[in-house]
Amino acid sequence: MSLAQDHPIERLTKARRRGLLSYQTKMRLVPLAYVAPTTALLALLMLFPMLTVLRYSFLDRPIIKKNAAFVGLDNYREIFSDPVFWQALGNTLYFTVMSVVFHLLIGLAFALMLNSEKINPTIRSILRVLYILPWLFTAVVIAIIWRLLLDPEGVVNGILMSLHIVDFKVEWFSSPQTALSAMTFVNIWAGYPLYMVSLLAGLQGISRDFYEAASIDGANPWQKFRYVTIPQLMPIMISVALLDFIWTMQVFALVWMTTGGGPIYATEVLSTYTYKLAFSQYQFSSASASAVCILILSMGMTYFYIKHQKAR
Amino acid sequence: MTYLGLAIGLVFATFPIVWMFFTSFKSNTEIFALPPQLLPKHFTLVAYLSIFNDPTKLRFFFNSYLVAGAVAILTVLIALLAAYGFSRFSFRFKNTLNVFIISTQTVPPITLLIPYFGMVVAFGIFDTYFALILTYLVFTLPYAILLMTGYLNTLPRELDEAVLVDGGTNWSALWRVIVPLSVPGIVATAVYTFLLAWNEFLFALTLTKSMDMRTVPIGIELLMGQHAFEWNQMMAMSVLGSLPLLLIYLFAQRYFLAGMTAGSVKA
Repeated sequence: MSLAQDHPIERLTKARRRGLLSYQTKMRLVPLAYVAPTTALLALLMLFPMLTVLRYSFLDRPIIKKNAAFVGLDNYREIFSDPVFWQALGNTLYFTVMSVVFHLLIGLAFALMLNSEKINPTIRSILRVLYILPWLFTAVVIAIIWRLLLDPEGVVNGILMSLHIVDFKVEWFSSPQTALSAMTFVNIWAGYPLYMVSLLAGLQGISRDFYEAASIDGANPWQKFRYVTIPQLMPIMISVALLDFIWTMQVFALVWMTTGGGPIYATEVLSTYTYKLAFSQYQFSSASASAVCILILSMGMTYFYIKHQKAR
Repeated sequence: MTYLGLAIGLVFATFPIVWMFFTSFKSNTEIFALPPQLLPKHFTLVAYLSIFNDPTKLRFFFNSYLVAGAVAILTVLIALLAAYGFSRFSFRFKNTLNVFIISTQTVPPITLLIPYFGMVVAFGIFDTYFALILTYLVFTLPYAILLMTGYLNTLPRELDEAVLVDGGTNWSALWRVIVPLSVPGIVATAVYTFLLAWNEFLFALTLTKSMDMRTVPIGIELLMGQHAFEWNQMMAMSVLGSLPLLLIYLFAQRYFLAGMTAGSVKA
């Protein structure tokens, strides 16, 4: 073997001549081979099921019946005339909007406190670890902790009664007046750390020059917050809030484990409503129609999310 | 003033968790003691012992570790390939595929559940580990691909080009150069994927049926129905069920936070 043949360029050109397919074709196929497993799996697990649920929503008793008949929009008419569907939609919106607003407020407040220059750095890092803790726990565990705390005999009533804030044992999760708010409160507790972490990262990324410039212009702390901090954090707040909105709208486990949608339908949300239709009553046709409605709501929000991500 | 706010925040964030922890060491008669006591008067491991002596409950943990472990390994392998494709090449429909992957993160699980139920029954994998492992990939993959692509984008392309010039292929560049350099990214992805699978509730509730196939979250749900008043045991289950998350969080916080902020994640 001569020295010239061993040269890297020589080897590269030799490699190009090998094989049945031309070099250009091969080079075009290589990237596709890398993304092929993902594409195949997502087609099977995402695209196909979405088309299937859409098809089911136009059929009479799919899954159960072999050749289910096409019934047009009947399934949609059925759920739209069901008052429980509208109640579930209203509950879902209340739960979602309240959660997102309070997540944002609490997350921002915690991020600002942790970012304050006045506090000791060691305390800051310990608190940061502790403040994230609620985010770690899975919905089932969160539900069960709060069922214990909010039990009529539980510690929350115990404290509230000894402070004379309430004068009887409130049944937080089983009274129709408080169940939805109690559930929303639990979700607020569990969800703010995502905002806190994202906003803290955002705060640390704001250049000091902005604040110095504001000081030279004679801005007070509130004005600095209003005209420097908030505009700088806005893109992060919007994208986290949109994502949170989409995911909170899909809540299932927390509701299932705290109230199961009850009492009566006081805490029924779209996911539990759909789940019960499908897997308690085996009404796969109307459940599919309801599932498509949730999908459309989510996709609408996703459109804004992607548009916002691309603009960033 | 700031310290007062921080203290209130601390109680708000941690009180429920501390309460759970100490309740798991109480005997059942002490749980609703009046006035409420945070620390158990008689510290006892009875709740933990009753879990460790019950093969059904231990099986929940075994199932969760098995499913979450398998999902983490599969996800990392598949996502690594896709991320390499996204990070190193340009190809037709790349943008479309990318938007598709991002938007799949937001598809409601309940919408997929009804067709999954039909599919899983048709494939003959209802009530098996495969039903969970396969369906979990749908929410772990998009997230893992975004995280891995972001990581691979930070590695310079010159690394691959050096291998190509030496006569190697992209494939060998990936395994010999990129993978060893991406260990932090791979660990972060694996850790977070594991947690996602560990926490999943809806699919596990619907696509498995027998006690032998149930995972920890469903196990807790079933126990809640059966012994609704054995709070110490419920809390002990919750503590044990949260252990992997707590350990990862405390010892690999860097990876955990990387995952949390990169694609964010469903609780």
